Amino acid sequence: MESVLFETGRYFMLMGKVFRRPENHRVYYRQLTKELVLLGLNSVWIVVVISVFIGAVITLQTAYNTENPIYPTYLIGLGCRDTIILEFSSTVVALILAGKVGSSITSEIGTMRVTEQIDAIEMMGVNSAAFLIMPKIVATVLFNPFLTLISIAVGILGGWIAGVSAGVVTSADFIYGIQYEFIPYYVVYSLIKTVFFAFIISSVAAYKGYYVKGGSLEVGRASTVAVVINSVLILAVNVVLTQLMLS
Amino acid sequence: MITVKNLSKSFGKKRVLENISVTFRPGVTNLIIGSSGSGKTVLLKSIVGLHQIDEGEIWYGDDFFNIMGFKERRDIRKRMGMLFQGSALFDSLTVEDNVRFPMDMFSRMTLREKTNRVNFCLERVNIHNANRLLPSELSGGMKKRVAIARAIALNPDYLFCDEPNSGLDPLTAIVIDELIMELTKDFNMTTIVNTHDMNSVMETGEKVVFICNGKIEWEGSKSTILDSDNRLLNDFVFANSLAKRVKGH
Ligand SMILES: Nc1ncnc2c1ncn2[C@@H]1O[C@H](COP(=O)(O)OP(=O)(O)OP(=O)(O)O)[C@@H](O)[C@H]1O
Ligand SMILES: [Mg+2]
Repeated sequence: MESVLFETGRYFMLMGKVFRRPENHRVYYRQLTKELVLLGLNSVWIVVVISVFIGAVITLQTAYNTENPIYPTYLIGLGCRDTIILEFSSTVVALILAGKVGSSITSEIGTMRVTEQIDAIEMMGVNSAAFLIMPKIVATVLFNPFLTLISIAVGILGGWIAGVSAGVVTSADFIYGIQYEFIPYYVVYSLIKTVFFAFIISSVAAYKGYYVKGGSLEVGRASTVAVVINSVLILAVNVVLTQLMLS
Repeated sequence: MITVKNLSKSFGKKRVLENISVTFRPGVTNLIIGSSGSGKTVLLKSIVGLHQIDEGEIWYGDDFFNIMGFKERRDIRKRMGMLFQGSALFDSLTVEDNVRFPMDMFSRMTLREKTNRVNFCLERVNIHNANRLLPSELSGGMKKRVAIARAIALNPDYLFCDEPNSGLDPLTAIVIDELIMELTKDFNMTTIVNTHDMNSVMETGEKVVFICNGKIEWEGSKSTILDSDNRLLNDFVFANSLAKRVKGH
């Protein structure tokens, strides 16, 4: 308990150090574009692949669970759409990124810590926390909403392909279903969740890396711990946000 | 000029530095010597503020370093260069970008001026045709030299070197030692070098501070070090049998 309080306090103090005025805007901007590519663009493929398959599975599951003549088949499209928008493309994608992006942030910053690179940055009079962490947080917060949108689009596409090729729904019914009583606010809800998740993933991962002590073994351990903490936080915050925004 | 007064530092229960008081003058190479684990790195890092100290005062000229806030420290740090024991080059940047990093951060030079300065610094440490290489593609000694180039990029007033020539061959080690001495004289820097290499001591030790178990045991220079009758110092200096035999005669 004491250590939870200590870590939480230190986390918020680190965030206070991260969000300071940069020493040199040009250099920070360059870091940001680098991180957008590294943490954002490089995650597109995994989001696409996973979304296609999950979209397909959701569609097939919905179809087999509603194999009853009284349900119109367009419900399959509708079910696929809402599951993907409400939960999959924000929460599940966040969990996946907590693994991919989070662990890469922790190991990068952690390695810089144990090889004294962070000390070297501090020695130059640069705020190492801001220099290393701020661009990563900003990059994920800016880019992850696009990943969510991509995931929604590709997920529904995967559902359509699977549904039509398995013959459980006609193309016309599926498309009618995904348009039926569409609530745009759900997308907004999903994107807002994504922004929160993005901030959590990158800041917690960076925090864990920034305070590593020891060597490469500890860096690896810190990455694992960061992924676990992030996953739990994402699921917990998901409950809170859902209650706040959908009730 | 750097003045340290009554500095003490512990990690948990472990006392690493005890009541260290010493002055480092500009224009001379100040050496901190001592065996492995004696507290050299911790002392150096305490002086530059990377370790929080428990007691004592650190003065840079007339500036009281301990009580400075982040902004004031930053202004002093811009005038410091430091070479870390493990080089601490940025893995993701090329040699050139590593050396240019402090200039990118703080100077208003044009790209061309920066590039010239980078090349000048790299030449001073004898690194040629390596601008585009990554640190992972360098040997340990080359990393050290690039790190020195980075440390002197902004013409610092204070230079700190943690074991600048450990892991180097004797020839390169001498080149590095001479380089540090030369730079110190040329720019009238206050230079502090950690080492446990007796060759370096005899080569560059204009001022030598010997620490053992976190305490200053002896202070002097290369010209007096061989005649000392401090037993701990003699054990350190005459650790190898050849030197012992020389002393015997
Ligand atoms: N961050 C730390 N936490 C706890 N103990 C430390 C820490 N850093 C150093 N020490 C301890 O302080 C003592 C002095 O270490 P230091 O690194 O200063 O030695 P050194 O004189 O530089 O040795 P070497 O010549 O091997 O580099 C050692 O006993 C070490 O275990
Ligand atoms: Mg050391």
